[in-house]
Amino acid sequence: MASRIRIRAQLKGDYCEVKALMRHPMETGMRKDQTGASIPANFIEDVQVVHGDTVVMQAYWGAAVSANPFLGVRFKGGTQGDVVKVIWRDNQGATGTGETTIR
Amino acid sequence: MNNRFIKIIFAIVIGLWSATLLSQGEGIFDEYRDMLGDDNPAIFVIFDGEEIWYAPAGPKSASLEQCDLGLGPGVVEGAYAQLPRYFADVDRVQDIEARLEHCMIQLQGLAPDEVSAKPYSLRGDLGTQLEALVAWIADQSSGLAIAPGQAHAQEKSAYALGETLFYYRAGTHDFSCATCHEQAGRRIRLQALPNLTTHEGAAAAYSTWPAYRISQGIVRTMGWRMRDCMRQQRMPELTMGSEASVALQTYLAVNGAGASMTAPGLKR
Amino acid sequence: MGNLDPLGLTRRGLIRVSGALLVAAALPQKLWSAALRPESVFQTTTLDATFEALGGVPTISEGIIFSAPDIAENGAVVPIRIEVDASVLPGVSKLYVIVEKNPNPVAAVFQVPPNTQPYAETRVKVAQTGNLYAVAEAEGELYMMQRETKVTLGGCGG
Repeated sequence: MASRIRIRAQLKGDYCEVKALMRHPMETGMRKDQTGASIPANFIEDVQVVHGDTVVMQAYWGAAVSANPFLGVRFKGGTQGDVVKVIWRDNQGATGTGETTIR
Repeated sequence: MNNRFIKIIFAIVIGLWSATLLSQGEGIFDEYRDMLGDDNPAIFVIFDGEEIWYAPAGPKSASLEQCDLGLGPGVVEGAYAQLPRYFADVDRVQDIEARLEHCMIQLQGLAPDEVSAKPYSLRGDLGTQLEALVAWIADQSSGLAIAPGQAHAQEKSAYALGETLFYYRAGTHDFSCATCHEQAGRRIRLQALPNLTTHEGAAAAYSTWPAYRISQGIVRTMGWRMRDCMRQQRMPELTMGSEASVALQTYLAVNGAGASMTAPGLKR
Repeated sequence: MGNLDPLGLTRRGLIRVSGALLVAAALPQKLWSAALRPESVFQTTTLDATFEALGGVPTISEGIIFSAPDIAENGAVVPIRIEVDASVLPGVSKLYVIVEKNPNPVAAVFQVPPNTQPYAETRVKVAQTGNLYAVAEAEGELYMMQRETKVTLGGCGG
């Protein structure tokens, strides 16, 4: 499957703003499908935004974060061209990662 | 005489006040939409659609690259904006879904009932190939004017049929499309109902489908939207790519012709 | 057990916690964070229990600028934004997003490292009209701001 994370990282004054859109169903485990069967819980439990070697944000999510989740953070110390990564891990053990360079 | 004058003034004031409320109602989700910004998850589905187009599939192990969407085999940019249109090779007017089904059968060797077995995602599904293809193909017409074919006799009759179906009252509730979509300033709960008989209303609707549907987490097509309307009208199921579905989409596209496509949109 | 031992610091608990920390220190970055997920906070089912799990009822602070739409077109995706004015509320190291009427009120926890702004933007599910809380932890103290978001129904409900 193609890219699972869309990331933009932009310098704004004294901080770098990162906006990431992640592809994930974020199933709560409380829904039922067309046949009436329960759809198992499947949601991102933790997300990290990484600049170089530094974790600039550590987030822990529950199933109440919306499907195809969005994350916006602001950190200091980034320069144009630096790599920013987003890494997630879900409750089923799957992981996703994406990166971009700061504009 | 004075009494009547006062009543008239009163009626005007009430009218203006209601109009203000309704116009405030129009903007009631502005803050919500503004906070969502440009990040529409439809983007992922667009990428999927592109991949599917180029991926060999079916007994013939062929991709859809030779599929003619009306501008020549493999020409995707601008094609969606010119649908529905008449296709000589099948001697009928087709919308995007009918055309894709045709290409899957002809180019990829898939069986017709295989292709139409699951036209739309069901609850809990994460999207179908057709939905993804439509998302990508519509995105390839973004910014271009809605310009469905209306030169061919069959294209004109598709419009006429669409208009007839639009006003046709049926089903247990005696609903037609017009019941909800022929007046200005109406809403169902907090969902504004566009007047699809006008250029503005039709353009607003047609230009924004296919769309990522927030409540479902997947991209839905124009054909699906009409099918779901029919379901709620307690009408028989509107089959994907059918003459009726194509006709209704033609009616809407022609009414909205000239406006720019902005799909995939974002809907509740 | 209960309020007498909120951090589980009975002998067995202490050993368990230390053990986990030692293991966590040895894990690669990704797994390290997983071991420290504040799982219990995600399990509460009422606002009161949530505040208890956080360590107390937060004080309202104007330093927390919490944006949530007055009215959401659909409760499945509600955009929210938390900004903290550090001149009013310095030292914020954690942010919580709490949706009072959700089955489990805690939607998200953000651990803010130094050099990162106490700022988070995301989208959450809001089950029904009610209060949303942005809670900030600064130097062991809890602060909050609240907003009400109305969740609407559109169309025929299908």
